[in-house]
Amino acid sequence: MSAKVEIQFELNGVGRRAEVPPGMSALDLLREVLGLTGTKYGCGEGECGACTIRVDGVTVNSCLMFAVDCDGRKVMTIEGLSSDALGRRLQEKFVEHGAVQCGFCTPGLVMQARHLLEETENPSHAEVQRGIEGNLCRCTGYKKIVEAIEDAGAGSE
Amino acid sequence: MNVIAKPYSDPNSLIGKRIPKMDAPEKAGGRTRYIHDIDIPGQLHAKILRSTQVHARIRSIDTSAAKALPGVHAVITAADVPWQRPIGVAKDHLPLKTDRVRSPRDEIAAVAADSVEIAEAALKLIKVVYEPLPVLTDAIEALKPGAPLIHPEPHGADGKPGLKPGAPVAFTGKPDNVAMTFEYAQGDVAKGEAESAAVIEDVFHLHYVTHCCMGVSGVIAEFDATGNLLLYSNTQVPFLHKREFAELLDIDPGRIRIIQPPIGGGFGSKLDIYPFEPIAIFLAKITRRPVKLVFTREEEFAASPTRQPVLLKLRSGCTKDGALTFRTVETLHDNGAYTSWGATTPFVMMQTISSLYRVPHCKYLTRAVYTNNPYAGSFRGYGNLQATFAVEAHMDKLADAVGMDPLEFRLKNAQDPGEVTPQGMNFKSCGFKQCLSTAAERSDYLAKHREYAAKQKDANPVKRGVGIASMLHVGGGAKIYPSDGCGTILKIDDFAHLTLITGASEIGQGSETVLAQLVCEELGLPLSSATVVNNDTDITPWDVGVHASRTTFIAGNSAIGAARKAKAKILGAAAAKSGHPEDALDLRGGAIVLKADGKPVFEIGKFLRSLHFSDKAELVMTTFYYEPPSKHQDKLFKGDVSAAYAWASQVAEVEVDTETGIVRLLKITGAHDVGRVINRLGIEGQIEGGVVMGQGYALTENLVVEDGRVKNPNFRDYKLVTAPEIPEMDVSFIETMDGEGPQGAKGVGEAPAICIAAAVGNAIHNATGVRITSLPFTPERVYRALRGQLPEPVWNVPA
Repeated sequence: MSAKVEIQFELNGVGRRAEVPPGMSALDLLREVLGLTGTKYGCGEGECGACTIRVDGVTVNSCLMFAVDCDGRKVMTIEGLSSDALGRRLQEKFVEHGAVQCGFCTPGLVMQARHLLEETENPSHAEVQRGIEGNLCRCTGYKKIVEAIEDAGAGSE
Repeated sequence: MNVIAKPYSDPNSLIGKRIPKMDAPEKAGGRTRYIHDIDIPGQLHAKILRSTQVHARIRSIDTSAAKALPGVHAVITAADVPWQRPIGVAKDHLPLKTDRVRSPRDEIAAVAADSVEIAEAALKLIKVVYEPLPVLTDAIEALKPGAPLIHPEPHGADGKPGLKPGAPVAFTGKPDNVAMTFEYAQGDVAKGEAESAAVIEDVFHLHYVTHCCMGVSGVIAEFDATGNLLLYSNTQVPFLHKREFAELLDIDPGRIRIIQPPIGGGFGSKLDIYPFEPIAIFLAKITRRPVKLVFTREEEFAASPTRQPVLLKLRSGCTKDGALTFRTVETLHDNGAYTSWGATTPFVMMQTISSLYRVPHCKYLTRAVYTNNPYAGSFRGYGNLQATFAVEAHMDKLADAVGMDPLEFRLKNAQDPGEVTPQGMNFKSCGFKQCLSTAAERSDYLAKHREYAAKQKDANPVKRGVGIASMLHVGGGAKIYPSDGCGTILKIDDFAHLTLITGASEIGQGSETVLAQLVCEELGLPLSSATVVNNDTDITPWDVGVHASRTTFIAGNSAIGAARKAKAKILGAAAAKSGHPEDALDLRGGAIVLKADGKPVFEIGKFLRSLHFSDKAELVMTTFYYEPPSKHQDKLFKGDVSAAYAWASQVAEVEVDTETGIVRLLKITGAHDVGRVINRLGIEGQIEGGVVMGQGYALTENLVVEDGRVKNPNFRDYKLVTAPEIPEMDVSFIETMDGEGPQGAKGVGEAPAICIAAAVGNAIHNATGVRITSLPFTPERVYRALRGQLPEPVWNVPA
């Protein structure tokens, strides 16, 4: 068993300290160590987007990020969106547009959509589709997800 | 049952509205706890050791080093559970293998440890000595004399020390590799062929795909102090599995409780028991601790069921006037190493062959054969994607052979309401012809079909094409199991809050919302007054499970029955109290009102409170929907197996780049006979999701199996459709108001995925003049086909 590394970072606006093995992923840190299960394991190799989180203003697949690399950074997860206006608007639009079925991919998609809307004001249909192409959904066929994001984007100032 | 549908203009009606899914806010907030998110205090983590060989004898297993690893609580092999029994549809599959592995997914040993990491480390310490056996990975070879046998010996008594004589052995072994055979006939195909002006024959090859539920498989098993089993499970059929686990453990089914946490996708994958579930139970029993077992994605690809791969020979004919005369079908199903539901897809396939269109003479034969390949399970559409692909290719070819346009040819042979087919299906409601004409008109199918065919030889290397295909599927349940029923308990509290306790399982399709809508509609209450409980066998009444597109129809009728009982009781009490006759009263807008003018008599919550404090407080209603008016098929596969049938036609428009072989799906125009729309938002979501799943089957998805091994067990190499690739979707609903359906509705869950590959195949032909009879339409396959370099599937199957 390898030694643990102490890290300190900001998680959803609150300072956190944790001791993590060097090989642990940020996904496992969130889920297994900190008990934040809204971020999902879908593939473990950055292909499905279910584990999308936001680190220092960019979205990353948390399964591909080492937990130790959270040190000194600002991390936002789906749980942090409950106190975030843009995040809440997206969540409401996902519900209203029927963009949620089994819901397993939804947290990752909401996180990615939030990033998209932060970067791109009032994105076009094609921009939304491209913006979420790294997030897989098996239930919805994406149409209602795209509509939800477009609607949320149209409301952004 | 009478249809009591209200017109859409009724502003208070919940039916047909766009209702957000009730559990969506929790899911969008990341608050929903799937099985992966649940931890039980004291739980151990389990991992499974799978075979490194495709087909081999297990000479020895040494678990001593694994057992010695600190943090390991148990390491088990078949020898530790001599009482295990075979599972699966044919009971040919021992959870832990005894002396033979038949597939690289095969389970040899399992570990329960303090952490996943320790369990994985322990697996590496287990030493297995194999003696390789001849490998059989070709279904055609499986039928030849001298082929390696996959199940030559009885299971459970095949020589492994530690297995007691007399231990329950349900599978006796097979002297050949034929797992199942299905034969069906109607009329006389020789007579049909003699009457034909055109006869065609083709061989089709349908590939492996898999469900790719976003939530990987998992289970938590826990025994209480008296030996009762609590299982947290993703099953789609909790009550059937309760019984199966009871048999497996040789205990009373009443001692098993199954809780289904919210499920991260089903699509048919969770209709059978798979070895990981009994293995988790064995470990929990042996360690006396809760045991959690969750797959990795790689495991999910390698050790989950697939859609049934099929080799299919179809011979069809029609008269010069375009009336179908006969169909002769023979299929070879690669069953894989064990038998799950994939082997039984002929139940559905032969319905499409015999009854989607009127065909007087039919002959059907399927043989499902054992190989060392992955084994096939049930998957949305259940054989219908495969059968429809072949049938609809031939509808185009026959139309062409007799000089008719493809739409006219289909309309001539399409079923009408009231028909009873030779296979015994009774189409009481049938909007098939409206589906055909609506999809054709809205897509401008005929004009485009002519235009694109004329441009096949143009200089432009990028071609366009349109293709049409239709489907028939059960839409009123399916009488497969002894019962096709569903129970409901409805509790109404003294604030007029409803708790709808249903047997129906929810896998993301939106059943909880539809059932709440149906009940609230009967009781004149807003949807916000309902809570749905649907995931605990100790609480919920019996249901056969979520399969066969049955939940809205069967569970919906059951829920309506409970609501009507409650309504009669409330109105009876209100009549006594108010002096108005009972039949002059109704429930609307949260009040007991006069039916004639809607004038409120009592506010419902207040009235229910007054009942509560009287001696007539009992407001728990139970009802059931046993049985829907359908019949089991007889031994000849004839019978009216569903209470209603669903129909759909879909037109695909594609662009084919003949220089690269890339096919882009531009648009799907679909028309669905759904009986009636209950939740417009939900049904659109079902259809859009099904269309894109069908698109994946047609164009991108391919589970590559070479020499028995899955070569692409990851999303990088198994290509799901992504957001930028989806087609434009135009969906129409044909509302035929089925007389037995809840508010007139029929099932829709599987329908949208079924026709897409068939329609795309026809569209590629329209664009290029080339007919491709194998899937998927990847650039490489299309490129080669356009140059005449794609080997066509051949039928050299031994008789």
